[in-house]
Amino acid sequence: MSANLVPLVVGLPLLGAALTLVLGRNTKLQVLVSTVVLTAVAVIAGVLLARVGEEGTAVVRVGGWDTPIGIVLVADRLSALMVLVSAVVLLGVLIFAVGQGLADEHRDTPVSIFHPTYMILATGLFNAFVAGDLFNMFVGFEVLLAASYVLLTLGGTGARIRAGVTYIIVSLISSVFFLSAIALVYGATGTVTIAHIAERVADLPDDVQLLLHLMLLIAFGIKAAVFPVSFWLPDSYPTAPAPVTAVFAGLLTKVGVYAIIRTETVMFPGDVLEDFLMVLAVLTLLVGIAGAVAQADIKRLLSFTLVSHIGYMIFGIAIGTEQAMTATIYYVVHHITVQTTLFLVVGLIERMGGATSITRLAGLLKAFPVLALLFFIPALNLGGIPPFSGFLGKVGLFAAGVDLGTPLAYVTIAAGAATSLLTLYALVRVWNLAFWRSREEMESGHQSRLVSALAEDPDDSGGTSVRTTPRIMIAATAVMVVLSVALTVLAGPLLDISAEAARNVMDPSTYIDAVLGGAR
Amino acid sequence: MNASLVLVLLMAVMYAAGVYVMLERSITRIVIGFVLVGNATNILLLLMSGRAGAAAFWQDGRSAEDMTDPLPQALILTAIVINMGITAFLLALIYRAWWLARTEAKGAQPDEGDVVDDGDDLPEQVEDADIVFEETTADADAIQEEQAEGERDDTAAEPGARADGPADIDQRGVQR
Repeated sequence: MSANLVPLVVGLPLLGAALTLVLGRNTKLQVLVSTVVLTAVAVIAGVLLARVGEEGTAVVRVGGWDTPIGIVLVADRLSALMVLVSAVVLLGVLIFAVGQGLADEHRDTPVSIFHPTYMILATGLFNAFVAGDLFNMFVGFEVLLAASYVLLTLGGTGARIRAGVTYIIVSLISSVFFLSAIALVYGATGTVTIAHIAERVADLPDDVQLLLHLMLLIAFGIKAAVFPVSFWLPDSYPTAPAPVTAVFAGLLTKVGVYAIIRTETVMFPGDVLEDFLMVLAVLTLLVGIAGAVAQADIKRLLSFTLVSHIGYMIFGIAIGTEQAMTATIYYVVHHITVQTTLFLVVGLIERMGGATSITRLAGLLKAFPVLALLFFIPALNLGGIPPFSGFLGKVGLFAAGVDLGTPLAYVTIAAGAATSLLTLYALVRVWNLAFWRSREEMESGHQSRLVSALAEDPDDSGGTSVRTTPRIMIAATAVMVVLSVALTVLAGPLLDISAEAARNVMDPSTYIDAVLGGAR
Repeated sequence: MNASLVLVLLMAVMYAAGVYVMLERSITRIVIGFVLVGNATNILLLLMSGRAGAAAFWQDGRSAEDMTDPLPQALILTAIVINMGITAFLLALIYRAWWLARTEAKGAQPDEGDVVDDGDDLPEQVEDADIVFEETTADADAIQEEQAEGERDDTAAEPGARADGPADIDQRGVQR
């Protein structure tokens, strides 16, 4: 029964995209449609998550074809959880964007295409999460990437086009890798259904397995911004409009992480690349955070912390125990929420403070105490201060690492702890300079050498402060902050769900049996 | 699995040429490279369907050995459509970047309606625009080619704007 709900997760946003496109002239109706669609998807995902727990993995054979022949949509706990979190975050950001559009009177965004594109992005995202075969996942990736190209270059200003070109070219290359990998997987196994691949791949020679495995990892690694291929992210995200950056930061990299989880657990289980992934995790953590510490622009700083924290998830995947997977899934949920929230707060800082560089911001605590509170909570959360969810996720990962007990695991734990501290350092510096420092102190020209050495955003145009308080934007951000705190308050149930999802994920036979069913 | 050697060679050449062209800094070339690499990947998919020559569908009951696997063809079809969409978007992006560079060359105001919120920050955009087109090769042939390309674009897009066009852009915008 619950299986019938799965296609709706993809179909509703697609329908929403069509509707909002038709309603191009009527912004209010567009907003209504988008909100209703995302709410509906969130509800459906919630129901799915509950039902999948009782009835087992939901599988839909699209068009009634038997599994290895036709397309399957699969929703296990992990998929349902990812769809639920994404839908909620997309909804929060949508309301923020609407608030910004109303407050700006549409100066900065071509409104008529924002909603359809946003819906298409949601479609691709949800499709990638429930896709049961590699090619459908590829289509989901392409759909969401195509939408992201449009959102990133929204308005077509010079800076955005330049940032967009980098992003688009990198994404295209990752797509080519993905498609070639699919071709090779098909050539080697004669199927593209993930569960079917999982069955057949074990019979292949080791070197062929390794080749296919690596091809997929490269494709997904580029999307997830794992170290050697993460260079593109901090250059392209910060130039987009604030809500767009927030969505990209929270969700797009996590699709890559999700795909890596599927690759490592279902298609290529075992620990062939465990050490390799762990080294990547260390490098991702350290290189990312080193970049963050050197930035003066808050958006760029956050983009670097985003890259860096992907390392935690890769670490969890590399450990590959059920405990580690639980922590990874919990951390993914935490990171989607908190990173998105922080980017929304920066959007508010940009509007209310008139800049995003900490060298030109001061006195925000006195001027906007609410904004200060909204920044402070997720900042501590991201930095991993107890009792917030960032701390819980990291502790879970470190505990799993200690259980594994290899020297490399300890090195990664050390790198993770250092990253956590440096994240806190970077964010507290933002707090000290932008919020705590008085305006007089900034204007008196006192500059420490440490601050003046920071890298500014090359595209920073200065910006202007808008003194009107954008109520809807603040409300949307506040709700997101409350949500991120809720991850701590409800950590018990959420960790239970993560543990259940991890158990499913770590036991690929659940997934394979559900998909292939009687077809064998 | 049998594969046609001609197709394998074609694929290899297209991959090589595509990657080579993509290494240039001009977006136009990157797009050409992307099209080549994309189609090389399609050929790779086609190769995976095994021996060429047979049809994918038969009316009377033939055995599976006599048929060509239709699935890779379906996958290629999807991939071609996706490639086409992305290529169209890239071309629009190139046009936009070129157009921004041209605005700088002419010092003209952008058209209304084509742009959203351009009024205030026009100078900043134009500065950025030439970075998009930053070129480091001093290759005379390349410049020649780019000029010809500029001319073609120019004619296609706005026949009236020819006289002031390409030379200016190439000095300030496209080539540096």
